[in-house]
Amino acid sequence: MHVFQQVLIDPFLQMAGAPDLLAQTLWEGFVSGMLYALIALGFVLIYKASGVLNFAQGIMVVFAASTLVGLHTAGVPALWAVILAVAVMLVLAIGIERLVLRPLVNRPDAVLFMATFGLSYFLVGLGELVFGGGSKQMITEQLGLPSGSIALHILRGTVLLQRLDIAAAIICAVLVVALALIFQYTRIGRALRAVADSHRAALSVGISLNQIWVLVWFTAGIVALVTGIIWGARSDVSFALQIVALKALPVLILGGFTSIPGAIVGGLIVGVSEKIFELYWGPLLGGGTESWFAYVIALIVLLFRPQGLFGEVIIERV
Amino acid sequence: MSGSDHPGEALLAVEGISLNFGGVQALTDVSFDIKRGEIRAIIGPNGAGKTSMLNVINGFYRPQAGHILFRGERLTRMRPGLAARRGIARTFQNVALFHGMTVLDNLMAGRALKMHCGFFWQMLRHGPALTEEIKHRHAVELVIDFLEIEAIRKVPAGRLPYGLQKRVELGRALAMEPELLLLDEPMSGMNLEEKEDMCRFILDVNSQFGTTIALIEHDMGVVMDLSNRVVVLNYGQKIGDDTPEVVKQSQDVIDAYLGVGH
Repeated sequence: MHVFQQVLIDPFLQMAGAPDLLAQTLWEGFVSGMLYALIALGFVLIYKASGVLNFAQGIMVVFAASTLVGLHTAGVPALWAVILAVAVMLVLAIGIERLVLRPLVNRPDAVLFMATFGLSYFLVGLGELVFGGGSKQMITEQLGLPSGSIALHILRGTVLLQRLDIAAAIICAVLVVALALIFQYTRIGRALRAVADSHRAALSVGISLNQIWVLVWFTAGIVALVTGIIWGARSDVSFALQIVALKALPVLILGGFTSIPGAIVGGLIVGVSEKIFELYWGPLLGGGTESWFAYVIALIVLLFRPQGLFGEVIIERV
Repeated sequence: MSGSDHPGEALLAVEGISLNFGGVQALTDVSFDIKRGEIRAIIGPNGAGKTSMLNVINGFYRPQAGHILFRGERLTRMRPGLAARRGIARTFQNVALFHGMTVLDNLMAGRALKMHCGFFWQMLRHGPALTEEIKHRHAVELVIDFLEIEAIRKVPAGRLPYGLQKRVELGRALAMEPELLLLDEPMSGMNLEEKEDMCRFILDVNSQFGTTIALIEHDMGVVMDLSNRVVVLNYGQKIGDDTPEVVKQSQDVIDAYLGVGH
């Protein structure tokens, strides 16, 4: 009876007792969920177009951010550093297509997946060689990102909103809506989905695999750069960030590997629920639940809906 | 239905094609032509190199020797994209559809090469991009009508039964408005009724749109009914090339199919 009270009643009484704390937690969960969603988005883009889970996506985030900071440190003005970083991501996309994807056309998906492992180690090595392994400060001010916070006096208390987080939410929203529309309603989107479904059929109707791959890896690179800037501004830029990128996996399982809206909703659910769970139910389990709670959600989803909330239904003929 | 001397010049000719994979000789010095407007069958026992031949024609395989003449243009290095641009469409022996996409989107994908609107307009889904989308949607609807698949327009292709998948795959090839249509065993795995439908579609495509067709088929009855001329392959070599009636009587062909007593 006591346990029942502790698990099912007390947390809700606490929520009702301090609504400002609840609102603050929800907001923080929302913002970190946005960032999970951005990383997941990079995975979804590549998964949709090449049917491959790109293990290197987390590294691409760090690599893109390091490039930006590295260029600025070398004396390049902020705006030019962004443009050059985008150019570097384009070169990277072309390089990956030429040297990794093209030689592996028509091979089993597992082969491509393993290739992305190799790619991630290559990028870690290259990044550390060129920019050094230490953590770096994101050039937040130079990029014109706002700082400071807004205090809202609501709900019998105060809720603090970081200006940076608000900007991040807006940038994410714009990026996501644009990408979702392109995928669903344009010829290029159709070509991307076609390539994901069958290489040889796509080739036979004249879709160029090479162009599509460069396009999709470049887009994933830009998403990585944006993620890197926002994430870097909130903490700092270091290769440790790739661990956080693994959180994208439960997000993808929840939202579905093939759905852009799924990545967003999945990211938000994971971000919000793990913060809420940590605050209200965490103490019952001795805290530290944030590191595993997302995986528990993913496991439950896998049991009942293996394609995720928004994924394409998995049809397998036997 | 066939005439020993079908009028019209060669739309496509393969000349001296040899293809090997490591030590395996898939095709040896194969030459034949496909005349404009005809239905050409490629037959032969399993492993004779029929599918390899189609893969060479649309650029999936690059032969070690020989070349392709298409509309008089000599192509030594055919690529799938080039084949599609020149007007060669194909279907696959084991259906290759875009499973997650609807039938409509599958057919629209077939028009990928005919749509040219820039990325910018596509993102806005407005102005020229919208006009273009509507125009191509109209063309696709004609194909849907032709193949009598109106009812399954919005169904994901992966959910359809096998016979219908083959029909949708034919539809995607037709949406490309090809000049040459390559069909790899269009009737395999079908029941009698589906086979008869497919035969009718192939004949109608040929007569209504004037599309030249090359098809691989095992069912000799079907080959006799459909084709104007037949190429026979065995162990990667051409052992016959004539009208169905003549080929059927040829001792080499009978030996290849039934085996020779030693």
